[in-house]
Amino acid sequence: MMFTSSLGRKYVMALTGLFLISFLVVHLSGNLLSLIPDGGLTFNAFTHFMETNLVIKVMEYVLFAGFIIHILQSVVVTLINQRARPSKYAVNAGSASSTWASRNMGILGTIIFIFLVIHLRDFFFELKFGDDELGLDASGNVNLYKEVVETFAMLPYTALYIVAMFGLGFHLWHGFASSFRSLGLMHSKYTPAIVFIGKLYTIIVTAGFIIIPLYWYLVQL
Amino acid sequence: MNLTLKVWRQKNSSAKGTFETYQLDNVDVHASFLEMFDVLNEKLINEGKEPVAFDHDCREGICGTCSMVINGRAHGPLQNTTTCQLHMRHFKDGDTIVVEPWRSKAFPVLKDLVVDRGAFDRIIAAGGFVSVNTGQAPDANTIPVKKEKAELAFDAAACIGCGACVAACKNSSAMLFVSAKVSHLALLPQGNAERYSRVLNMVAQMDKEGFGSCTNTNACEAECPKGISVTNIARLNREYLAASLAAQKK
Ligand code: HEM
Ligand code: SF4
Ligand code: FES
Repeated sequence: MMFTSSLGRKYVMALTGLFLISFLVVHLSGNLLSLIPDGGLTFNAFTHFMETNLVIKVMEYVLFAGFIIHILQSVVVTLINQRARPSKYAVNAGSASSTWASRNMGILGTIIFIFLVIHLRDFFFELKFGDDELGLDASGNVNLYKEVVETFAMLPYTALYIVAMFGLGFHLWHGFASSFRSLGLMHSKYTPAIVFIGKLYTIIVTAGFIIIPLYWYLVQL
Repeated sequence: MNLTLKVWRQKNSSAKGTFETYQLDNVDVHASFLEMFDVLNEKLINEGKEPVAFDHDCREGICGTCSMVINGRAHGPLQNTTTCQLHMRHFKDGDTIVVEPWRSKAFPVLKDLVVDRGAFDRIIAAGGFVSVNTGQAPDANTIPVKKEKAELAFDAAACIGCGACVAACKNSSAMLFVSAKVSHLALLPQGNAERYSRVLNMVAQMDKEGFGSCTNTNACEAECPKGISVTNIARLNREYLAASLAAQKK
Protein backbone atom coordinates (compact mmCIF):
# COMPACT_ATOMS: atom_id res chain seq x y z
CA MET A 1 0.00 0.00 0.00
CA MET A 2 2.65 2.48 1.07
CA PHE A 3 4.79 1.97 -2.03
CA THR A 4 1.92 2.45 -4.47
CA SER A 5 0.84 5.76 -2.96
CA SER A 6 2.04 9.02 -4.48
CA LEU A 7 4.30 9.63 -1.49
CA GLY A 8 5.57 6.06 -1.40
CA ARG A 9 6.59 6.16 -5.05
CA LYS A 10 8.64 9.24 -4.29
CA TYR A 11 10.33 7.50 -1.34
CA VAL A 12 11.43 4.83 -3.80
CA MET A 13 12.59 7.41 -6.37
CA ALA A 14 14.51 9.30 -3.70
CA LEU A 15 16.18 6.22 -2.23
CA THR A 16 17.20 4.84 -5.61
CA GLY A 17 18.27 8.33 -6.70
CA LEU A 18 20.52 8.70 -3.67
CA PHE A 19 21.93 5.23 -4.28
CA LEU A 20 22.72 6.17 -7.89
CA ILE A 21 24.34 9.36 -6.60
CA SER A 22 26.69 7.27 -4.46
CA PHE A 23 27.42 5.00 -7.43
CA LEU A 24 28.46 8.00 -9.53
CA VAL A 25 31.24 8.78 -7.03
CA VAL A 26 32.75 5.32 -7.51
CA HIS A 27 32.28 5.42 -11.26
CA LEU A 28 33.86 8.85 -11.64
CA SER A 29 36.81 7.95 -9.40
CA GLY A 30 37.52 4.94 -11.61
CA ASN A 31 37.14 6.91 -14.84
CA LEU A 32 39.53 9.61 -13.67
CA LEU A 33 42.26 6.94 -13.47
CA SER A 34 42.24 6.92 -17.28
CA LEU A 35 43.90 10.34 -17.13
CA ILE A 36 46.99 8.94 -15.38
CA PRO A 37 49.77 8.99 -18.02
CA ASP A 38 50.92 5.38 -17.64
CA GLY A 39 49.44 3.95 -20.81
CA GLY A 40 46.33 2.86 -18.92
CA LEU A 41 47.98 0.38 -16.55
CA THR A 42 46.28 1.79 -13.43
CA PHE A 43 42.95 2.20 -15.19
CA ASN A 44 43.01 -1.36 -16.52
CA ALA A 45 44.10 -2.73 -13.15
CA PHE A 46 41.16 -0.94 -11.52
CA THR A 47 38.82 -2.30 -14.21
CA HIS A 48 40.18 -5.77 -13.54
CA PHE A 49 39.53 -5.36 -9.83
CA MET A 50 35.96 -4.20 -10.49
CA GLU A 51 35.44 -7.19 -12.78
CA THR A 52 36.66 -9.81 -10.37
CA ASN A 53 35.84 -8.60 -6.86
CA LEU A 54 32.89 -10.51 -5.43
CA VAL A 55 31.39 -7.57 -3.52
CA ILE A 56 31.54 -5.41 -6.64
CA LYS A 57 29.98 -8.22 -8.69
CA VAL A 58 27.04 -8.40 -6.29
CA MET A 59 26.76 -4.60 -6.23
CA GLU A 60 26.54 -4.66 -10.01
CA TYR A 61 23.19 -6.44 -9.75
CA VAL A 62 22.05 -4.07 -7.02
CA LEU A 63 23.04 -1.19 -9.29
CA PHE A 64 21.06 -2.61 -12.20
CA ALA A 65 18.06 -3.04 -9.94
CA GLY A 66 18.51 0.53 -8.68
CA PHE A 67 18.49 1.91 -12.21
CA ILE A 68 15.54 -0.19 -13.30
CA ILE A 69 13.43 0.65 -10.25
CA HIS A 70 14.28 4.37 -10.51
CA ILE A 71 13.42 4.43 -14.21
CA LEU A 72 10.20 2.38 -13.96
CA GLN A 73 9.01 4.41 -11.02
CA SER A 74 9.85 7.66 -12.83
CA VAL A 75 7.74 6.57 -15.81
CA VAL A 76 4.78 5.71 -13.59
CA VAL A 77 5.07 8.93 -11.56
CA THR A 78 5.45 11.09 -14.67
CA LEU A 79 2.43 9.49 -16.38
CA ILE A 80 0.25 9.94 -13.28
CA ASN A 81 1.41 13.55 -13.01
CA GLN A 82 0.62 14.28 -16.64
CA ARG A 83 -2.79 12.70 -16.33
CA ALA A 84 -3.55 14.98 -13.39
CA ARG A 85 -3.70 17.93 -15.82
CA PRO A 86 -5.55 16.78 -18.94
CA SER A 87 -6.10 20.28 -20.32
CA LYS A 88 -3.07 22.52 -20.38
CA TYR A 89 -2.84 26.23 -19.65
CA ALA A 90 -2.78 28.60 -22.61
CA VAL A 91 -0.23 30.75 -20.81
CA ASN A 92 2.42 28.94 -18.85
CA ALA A 93 4.43 31.03 -16.44
CA GLY A 94 6.22 28.16 -14.71
CA SER A 95 9.52 30.02 -14.79
CA ALA A 96 8.07 32.63 -12.44
CA SER A 97 7.70 30.13 -9.65
CA SER A 98 10.12 27.22 -10.18
CA THR A 99 13.49 26.29 -11.67
CA TRP A 100 13.85 24.85 -15.16
CA ALA A 101 15.58 21.70 -13.93
CA SER A 102 12.81 20.93 -11.45
CA ARG A 103 10.17 21.15 -14.19
CA ASN A 104 12.08 18.93 -16.62
CA MET A 105 13.22 15.95 -14.57
CA GLY A 106 11.48 13.58 -16.97
CA ILE A 107 13.20 14.99 -20.06
CA LEU A 108 16.55 15.11 -18.27
CA GLY A 109 16.06 11.53 -17.11
CA THR A 110 15.26 10.49 -20.68
CA ILE A 111 18.52 12.06 -21.90
CA ILE A 112 20.38 10.08 -19.24
CA PHE A 113 18.49 6.94 -20.24
CA ILE A 114 19.33 7.22 -23.95
CA PHE A 115 22.93 7.83 -23.04
CA LEU A 116 22.89 4.88 -20.67
CA VAL A 117 21.81 2.46 -23.40
CA ILE A 118 24.53 3.61 -25.79
CA HIS A 119 27.11 3.77 -23.03
CA LEU A 120 26.43 0.25 -21.80
CA ARG A 121 26.60 -1.12 -25.33
CA ASP A 122 29.96 0.51 -26.02
CA PHE A 123 31.79 -0.11 -22.78
CA PHE A 124 30.00 -2.52 -20.50
CA PHE A 125 28.93 -5.12 -23.04
CA GLU A 126 32.15 -4.67 -24.95
CA LEU A 127 34.03 -5.65 -21.83
CA LYS A 128 31.66 -8.44 -20.78
CA PHE A 129 30.68 -10.07 -24.02
CA GLY A 130 32.81 -8.45 -26.71
CA ASP A 131 35.06 -10.71 -28.81
CA ASP A 132 38.53 -10.31 -27.40
CA GLU A 133 39.42 -7.44 -29.72
CA LEU A 134 40.47 -5.31 -26.77
CA GLY A 135 43.58 -7.35 -26.06
CA LEU A 136 45.71 -7.23 -22.93
CA ASP A 137 47.97 -4.48 -21.60
CA ALA A 138 51.55 -4.86 -20.32
CA SER A 139 50.29 -6.10 -16.92
CA GLY A 140 48.06 -8.70 -18.53
CA ASN A 141 44.75 -6.90 -17.82
CA VAL A 142 42.05 -6.41 -20.47
CA ASN A 143 42.88 -3.16 -22.23
CA LEU A 144 39.64 -1.18 -21.76
CA TYR A 145 41.83 1.91 -21.74
CA LYS A 146 42.36 1.45 -25.47
CA GLU A 147 38.59 1.46 -25.97
CA VAL A 148 38.30 4.71 -23.98
CA VAL A 149 41.02 6.43 -25.98
CA GLU A 150 39.65 5.26 -29.34
CA THR A 151 36.04 6.09 -28.50
CA PHE A 152 36.83 9.65 -27.51
CA ALA A 153 38.71 10.27 -30.72
CA MET A 154 35.28 10.31 -32.39
CA LEU A 155 33.53 13.67 -32.35
CA PRO A 156 29.90 12.42 -32.40
CA TYR A 157 30.42 10.12 -29.44
CA THR A 158 32.36 12.72 -27.47
CA ALA A 159 29.71 15.35 -28.17
CA LEU A 160 26.88 13.00 -27.17
CA TYR A 161 28.73 12.10 -24.00
CA ILE A 162 29.17 15.73 -23.01
CA VAL A 163 25.55 16.67 -23.80
CA ALA A 164 24.35 13.72 -21.72
CA MET A 165 26.52 14.83 -18.82
CA PHE A 166 24.84 18.23 -18.88
CA GLY A 167 21.54 16.36 -18.72
CA LEU A 168 22.82 14.45 -15.71
CA GLY A 169 24.10 17.67 -14.17
CA PHE A 170 20.72 19.41 -14.33
CA HIS A 171 19.00 16.22 -13.11
CA LEU A 172 21.22 16.23 -10.05
CA TRP A 173 21.07 20.02 -9.59
CA HIS A 174 17.43 19.54 -8.63
CA GLY A 175 17.44 15.87 -7.66
CA PHE A 176 20.04 15.84 -4.89
CA ALA A 177 18.26 18.08 -2.40
CA SER A 178 14.84 17.06 -3.72
CA SER A 179 15.39 13.46 -2.66
CA PHE A 180 16.00 14.51 0.94
CA ARG A 181 12.72 16.39 1.04
CA SER A 182 10.85 13.49 -0.53
CA LEU A 183 12.05 11.41 2.41
CA GLY A 184 10.81 14.07 4.82
CA LEU A 185 14.29 15.28 5.72
CA MET A 186 14.09 19.05 5.98
CA HIS A 187 15.49 21.11 8.81
CA SER A 188 16.37 24.76 9.18
CA LYS A 189 19.85 23.83 10.41
CA TYR A 190 20.78 20.99 8.02
CA THR A 191 18.89 21.70 4.79
CA PRO A 192 21.10 24.64 3.72
CA ALA A 193 24.11 22.32 4.11
CA ILE A 194 22.39 19.58 2.08
CA VAL A 195 21.55 22.05 -0.68
CA PHE A 196 25.12 23.35 -0.70
CA ILE A 197 26.67 19.88 -0.77
CA GLY A 198 24.23 18.90 -3.51
CA LYS A 199 25.33 21.76 -5.75
CA LEU A 200 29.00 21.16 -5.00
CA TYR A 201 28.60 17.44 -5.72
CA THR A 202 26.75 18.19 -8.95
CA ILE A 203 29.41 20.60 -10.19
CA ILE A 204 32.30 18.26 -9.32
CA VAL A 205 30.65 15.14 -10.77
CA THR A 206 29.43 16.84 -13.94
CA ALA A 207 32.77 18.57 -14.55
CA GLY A 208 34.64 15.36 -13.78
CA PHE A 209 32.67 13.30 -16.27
CA ILE A 210 33.06 16.01 -18.93
CA ILE A 211 36.81 16.51 -18.48
CA ILE A 212 37.64 12.90 -19.40
CA PRO A 213 36.10 12.72 -22.92
CA LEU A 214 37.10 16.33 -23.57
CA TYR A 215 40.72 15.63 -22.66
CA TRP A 216 40.94 12.52 -24.82
CA TYR A 217 39.28 14.23 -27.74
CA LEU A 218 41.50 17.28 -27.58
CA VAL A 219 44.83 15.41 -27.24
CA GLN A 220 43.97 13.30 -30.30
CA LEU A 221 42.99 16.21 -32.56
CA MET B 1 -6.68 52.22 -18.58
CA ASN B 2 -7.75 50.18 -21.59
CA LEU B 3 -7.40 46.42 -21.56
CA THR B 4 -7.80 43.44 -23.84
CA LEU B 5 -9.12 40.45 -21.92
CA LYS B 6 -8.90 36.88 -23.15
CA VAL B 7 -11.25 34.94 -20.94
CA TRP B 8 -11.93 31.21 -20.85
CA ARG B 9 -15.60 30.53 -21.62
CA GLN B 10 -17.05 27.09 -21.07
CA LYS B 11 -20.81 26.38 -20.90
CA ASN B 12 -20.59 23.42 -18.52
CA SER B 13 -18.24 20.66 -17.39
CA SER B 14 -18.78 18.53 -20.48
CA ALA B 15 -18.63 21.40 -23.02
CA LYS B 16 -15.44 22.27 -24.85
CA GLY B 17 -14.21 25.68 -23.76
CA THR B 18 -12.60 28.45 -25.79
CA PHE B 19 -11.11 31.87 -25.21
CA GLU B 20 -13.26 34.92 -25.91
CA THR B 21 -11.61 38.29 -26.40
CA TYR B 22 -13.14 41.38 -24.80
CA GLN B 23 -12.08 45.00 -25.07
CA LEU B 24 -12.57 46.86 -21.78
CA ASP B 25 -11.95 50.61 -21.73
CA ASN B 26 -11.60 53.16 -18.93
CA VAL B 27 -10.79 50.61 -16.24
CA ASP B 28 -10.16 52.27 -12.87
CA VAL B 29 -6.57 51.57 -11.74
CA HIS B 30 -7.83 51.27 -8.16
CA ALA B 31 -10.39 48.61 -9.00
CA SER B 32 -9.67 45.12 -7.79
CA PHE B 33 -9.36 42.38 -10.39
CA LEU B 34 -12.81 41.08 -9.45
CA GLU B 35 -14.33 44.58 -9.65
CA MET B 36 -12.86 44.81 -13.12
CA PHE B 37 -14.70 41.58 -13.92
CA ASP B 38 -17.90 43.05 -12.44
CA VAL B 39 -17.58 45.93 -14.90
CA LEU B 40 -16.98 43.51 -17.76
CA ASN B 41 -20.04 41.47 -16.77
CA GLU B 42 -22.22 44.58 -16.56
CA LYS B 43 -21.10 45.44 -20.06
CA LEU B 44 -21.84 41.92 -21.29
CA ILE B 45 -25.29 41.94 -19.68
CA ASN B 46 -26.08 45.33 -21.27
CA GLU B 47 -25.08 43.86 -24.62
CA GLY B 48 -27.43 40.93 -24.00
CA LYS B 49 -24.56 38.48 -23.63
CA GLU B 50 -23.93 35.83 -20.99
CA PRO B 51 -21.76 37.21 -18.14
CA VAL B 52 -18.55 35.42 -17.17
CA ALA B 53 -19.09 33.03 -14.25
CA PHE B 54 -16.40 33.32 -11.59
CA ASP B 55 -16.20 32.33 -7.93
CA HIS B 56 -15.97 34.94 -5.19
CA ASP B 57 -17.32 35.41 -1.71
CA CYS B 58 -15.48 37.44 0.92
CA ARG B 59 -13.47 39.71 -1.36
CA GLU B 60 -11.19 40.14 1.64
CA GLY B 61 -8.58 37.51 0.85
CA ILE B 62 -9.80 34.99 3.42
CA CYS B 63 -12.35 32.67 1.84
CA GLY B 64 -10.19 31.34 -0.97
CA THR B 65 -12.88 31.06 -3.62
CA CYS B 66 -11.64 33.66 -6.15
CA SER B 67 -9.77 31.18 -8.34
CA MET B 68 -8.34 32.60 -11.57
CA VAL B 69 -5.13 31.91 -13.43
CA ILE B 70 -4.03 35.31 -14.69
CA ASN B 71 -1.36 35.35 -17.40
CA GLY B 72 -0.28 31.89 -16.31
CA ARG B 73 -0.05 32.76 -12.60
CA ALA B 74 -2.53 31.47 -10.01
CA HIS B 75 -4.16 34.58 -8.46
CA GLY B 76 -2.04 36.78 -10.73
CA PRO B 77 1.46 38.17 -10.54
CA LEU B 78 1.64 39.34 -6.90
CA GLN B 79 3.02 37.21 -4.08
CA ASN B 80 0.83 36.30 -1.10
CA THR B 81 -2.21 37.83 -2.78
CA THR B 82 -5.60 36.42 -3.75
CA THR B 83 -7.29 37.57 -6.96
CA CYS B 84 -9.73 39.72 -4.99
CA GLN B 85 -6.80 41.58 -3.38
CA LEU B 86 -5.04 42.14 -6.70
CA HIS B 87 -5.57 45.64 -8.07
CA MET B 88 -5.50 46.92 -11.61
CA ARG B 89 -2.60 49.29 -10.85
CA HIS B 90 -0.34 46.26 -11.17
CA PHE B 91 -1.18 46.13 -14.87
CA LYS B 92 -0.34 48.56 -17.65
CA ASP B 93 -2.58 50.48 -20.01
CA GLY B 94 -2.95 48.48 -23.21
CA ASP B 95 -2.14 45.13 -21.57
CA THR B 96 -3.62 41.90 -22.84
CA ILE B 97 -4.61 39.73 -19.88
CA VAL B 98 -5.34 36.03 -20.29
CA VAL B 99 -7.65 34.60 -17.62
CA GLU B 100 -8.14 30.84 -17.25
CA PRO B 101 -9.69 28.54 -14.64
CA TRP B 102 -7.67 26.24 -12.36
CA ARG B 103 -6.79 23.35 -14.66
CA SER B 104 -6.67 20.00 -12.93
CA LYS B 105 -8.41 16.68 -13.42
CA ALA B 106 -9.45 16.79 -9.75
CA PHE B 107 -11.00 20.27 -10.14
CA PRO B 108 -13.44 19.94 -13.05
CA VAL B 109 -14.58 23.21 -14.61
CA LEU B 110 -18.26 23.80 -13.84
CA LYS B 111 -18.67 26.93 -15.93
CA ASP B 112 -16.24 29.52 -17.33
CA LEU B 113 -13.80 30.22 -14.47
CA VAL B 114 -15.69 28.28 -11.80
CA VAL B 115 -14.22 24.93 -10.80
CA ASP B 116 -15.49 22.24 -8.43
CA ARG B 117 -13.12 22.03 -5.44
CA GLY B 118 -15.14 19.28 -3.77
CA ALA B 119 -12.01 17.11 -3.88
CA PHE B 120 -10.54 19.26 -1.09
CA ASP B 121 -13.68 18.81 1.01
CA ARG B 122 -13.47 15.05 0.60
CA ILE B 123 -9.80 15.08 1.65
CA ILE B 124 -10.75 17.02 4.79
CA ALA B 125 -13.64 14.66 5.45
CA ALA B 126 -11.19 11.74 5.23
CA GLY B 127 -9.28 12.92 8.29
CA GLY B 128 -8.63 16.65 8.45
CA PHE B 129 -10.39 17.14 11.76
CA VAL B 130 -10.14 16.40 15.47
CA SER B 131 -12.94 14.20 16.77
CA VAL B 132 -14.54 16.09 19.61
CA ASN B 133 -16.24 14.24 22.42
CA THR B 134 -19.40 15.66 23.94
CA GLY B 135 -19.23 17.44 27.26
CA GLN B 136 -18.20 20.83 28.45
CA ALA B 137 -15.92 22.99 26.38
CA PRO B 138 -12.47 22.64 27.98
CA ASP B 139 -10.60 25.63 29.33
CA ALA B 140 -8.47 27.25 26.66
CA ASN B 141 -5.14 26.70 28.40
CA THR B 142 -5.57 23.36 30.15
CA ILE B 143 -3.31 21.59 27.65
CA PRO B 144 0.12 23.20 27.44
CA VAL B 145 1.35 23.82 23.89
CA LYS B 146 4.96 24.77 23.20
CA LYS B 147 5.09 28.27 21.74
CA GLU B 148 7.20 27.28 18.71
CA LYS B 149 4.82 24.46 17.85
CA ALA B 150 1.80 26.69 18.27
CA GLU B 151 3.37 29.18 15.87
CA LEU B 152 4.08 26.49 13.25
CA ALA B 153 0.59 25.06 13.61
CA PHE B 154 -0.88 28.52 13.23
CA ASP B 155 1.17 29.21 10.10
CA ALA B 156 -0.13 25.97 8.58
CA ALA B 157 -3.68 26.75 9.67
CA ALA B 158 -3.57 29.91 7.57
CA CYS B 159 -4.33 27.77 4.48
CA ILE B 160 -7.65 28.88 3.02
CA GLY B 161 -8.12 25.86 0.75
CA CYS B 162 -8.08 27.99 -2.39
CA GLY B 163 -6.34 25.40 -4.57
CA ALA B 164 -3.77 27.80 -6.04
CA CYS B 165 -1.08 25.27 -5.11
CA VAL B 166 -2.79 22.66 -7.30
CA ALA B 167 -3.31 25.19 -10.08
CA ALA B 168 0.35 26.26 -10.04
CA CYS B 169 1.89 22.80 -9.75
CA LYS B 170 2.96 21.20 -13.02
CA ASN B 171 1.66 17.90 -11.60
CA SER B 172 -1.59 19.33 -10.18
CA SER B 173 -0.34 18.07 -6.84
CA ALA B 174 -2.32 18.86 -3.70
CA MET B 175 0.67 18.26 -1.43
CA LEU B 176 0.88 21.82 -0.08
CA PHE B 177 -2.80 21.89 0.88
CA VAL B 178 -2.78 18.41 2.43
CA SER B 179 0.52 19.05 4.19
CA ALA B 180 -0.81 22.29 5.68
CA LYS B 181 -3.87 20.51 7.03
CA VAL B 182 -1.89 17.52 8.33
CA SER B 183 0.77 19.78 9.89
CA HIS B 184 -1.75 22.04 11.55
CA LEU B 185 -3.22 19.14 13.52
CA ALA B 186 -0.12 16.96 13.89
CA LEU B 187 1.74 19.79 15.64
CA LEU B 188 -0.91 20.22 18.33
CA PRO B 189 -1.60 17.86 21.23
CA GLN B 190 -5.31 17.93 20.38
CA GLY B 191 -4.56 16.33 17.02
CA ASN B 192 -2.22 13.69 18.37
CA ALA B 193 -4.71 10.88 19.02
CA GLU B 194 -5.67 10.60 15.35
CA ARG B 195 -2.30 11.62 14.00
CA TYR B 196 -1.42 8.48 12.07
CA SER B 197 -4.86 7.46 10.83
CA ARG B 198 -5.40 11.04 9.69
CA VAL B 199 -2.35 11.24 7.45
CA LEU B 200 -2.93 7.78 5.96
CA ASN B 201 -6.58 8.50 5.16
CA MET B 202 -5.99 12.00 3.81
CA VAL B 203 -3.18 10.87 1.50
CA ALA B 204 -5.28 7.92 0.29
CA GLN B 205 -8.13 10.31 -0.53
CA MET B 206 -5.73 12.77 -2.19
CA ASP B 207 -4.48 10.01 -4.50
CA LYS B 208 -8.02 8.80 -5.18
CA GLU B 209 -9.08 12.27 -6.32
CA GLY B 210 -6.49 12.19 -9.10
CA PHE B 211 -3.98 14.79 -7.93
CA GLY B 212 -0.37 14.27 -9.04
CA SER B 213 2.66 13.76 -6.82
CA CYS B 214 5.31 16.20 -5.62
CA THR B 215 8.44 16.91 -7.67
CA ASN B 216 9.57 19.55 -5.14
CA THR B 217 9.51 22.37 -7.68
CA ASN B 218 8.25 24.83 -5.01
CA ALA B 219 5.79 26.43 -7.46
CA CYS B 220 3.02 25.90 -4.86
CA GLU B 221 4.81 27.89 -2.20
CA ALA B 222 5.58 30.70 -4.64
CA GLU B 223 1.91 30.99 -5.69
CA CYS B 224 0.20 30.32 -2.34
CA PRO B 225 -1.66 33.46 -1.25
CA LYS B 226 -1.12 32.56 2.40
CA GLY B 227 2.61 31.89 2.26
CA ILE B 228 2.26 28.24 3.32
CA SER B 229 5.81 26.85 3.48
CA VAL B 230 7.03 23.74 1.69
CA THR B 231 8.54 22.64 5.01
CA ASN B 232 5.01 21.37 5.60
CA ILE B 233 5.42 19.05 2.61
CA ALA B 234 8.56 17.61 4.18
CA ARG B 235 6.58 17.12 7.40
CA LEU B 236 3.81 15.35 5.46
CA ASN B 237 6.41 13.02 3.93
CA ARG B 238 7.73 12.33 7.44
CA GLU B 239 4.31 11.80 9.00
CA TYR B 240 3.20 9.48 6.22
CA LEU B 241 6.40 7.43 6.41
CA ALA B 242 6.12 7.07 10.19
CA ALA B 243 2.41 6.24 10.00
CA SER B 244 2.94 3.66 7.24
CA LEU B 245 5.75 1.97 9.13
CA ALA B 246 3.83 1.94 12.40
CA ALA B 247 0.51 0.78 10.92
CA GLN B 248 -0.66 -2.64 12.09
CA LYS B 249 -1.37 -5.40 9.63
CA LYS B 250 -4.99 -5.18 8.48
C1 HEM C 1 22.80 8.17 -12.65
C2 HEM C 1 21.61 8.38 -12.98
C3 HEM C 1 20.53 9.03 -12.12
C4 HEM C 1 20.61 9.62 -10.89
C5 HEM C 1 21.83 9.79 -10.00
C6 HEM C 1 19.28 10.09 -10.56
C7 HEM C 1 18.95 10.75 -9.41
C8 HEM C 1 17.71 11.26 -9.12
C9 HEM C 1 17.34 11.91 -7.90
C10 HEM C 1 18.24 12.09 -6.69
C11 HEM C 1 16.05 12.30 -8.01
C12 HEM C 1 15.22 13.06 -6.98
C13 HEM C 1 14.22 12.16 -6.33
C14 HEM C 1 13.21 12.93 -5.54
O1 HEM C 1 12.80 14.03 -5.92
O2 HEM C 1 12.77 12.43 -4.51
C15 HEM C 1 15.59 11.92 -9.31
C16 HEM C 1 14.33 12.18 -9.80
C17 HEM C 1 13.89 11.77 -11.03
N1 HEM C 1 14.56 10.94 -11.90
FE1 HEM C 1 16.48 10.36 -11.75
N2 HEM C 1 18.42 9.79 -11.58
C18 HEM C 1 19.15 9.12 -12.56
C19 HEM C 1 18.67 8.61 -13.74
C20 HEM C 1 17.36 8.73 -14.19
C21 HEM C 1 16.85 8.15 -15.39
C22 HEM C 1 17.63 7.27 -16.35
C23 HEM C 1 15.54 8.54 -15.47
C24 HEM C 1 14.46 8.28 -16.48
C25 HEM C 1 14.50 7.57 -17.53
C26 HEM C 1 15.24 9.37 -14.33
C27 HEM C 1 14.05 9.98 -14.10
C28 HEM C 1 13.75 10.76 -13.01
C29 HEM C 1 12.54 11.52 -12.84
C30 HEM C 1 11.38 11.62 -13.83
C31 HEM C 1 12.62 12.16 -11.61
C32 HEM C 1 11.61 13.11 -11.02
C33 HEM C 1 10.53 12.41 -10.30
C34 HEM C 1 9.56 13.41 -9.78
O3 HEM C 1 8.64 13.79 -10.50
O4 HEM C 1 9.71 13.85 -8.64
N3 HEM C 1 16.38 9.46 -13.55
N4 HEM C 1 16.62 11.27 -9.97
S1 SF4 D 1 -1.71 25.76 0.63
FE1 SF4 D 1 -1.91 27.91 -0.05
S2 SF4 D 1 -2.38 27.71 -2.24
FE2 SF4 D 1 -2.78 25.70 -1.34
S3 SF4 D 1 -4.95 25.71 -0.79
FE3 SF4 D 1 -3.84 26.40 1.05
S4 SF4 D 1 -3.82 28.65 0.87
FE4 SF4 D 1 -4.36 27.88 -1.16
S1 FES E 1 -13.05 36.32 -2.69
FE1 FES E 1 -12.52 35.45 -0.75
S2 FES E 1 -10.37 35.25 -0.93
FE2 FES E 1 -10.86 36.27 -2.77
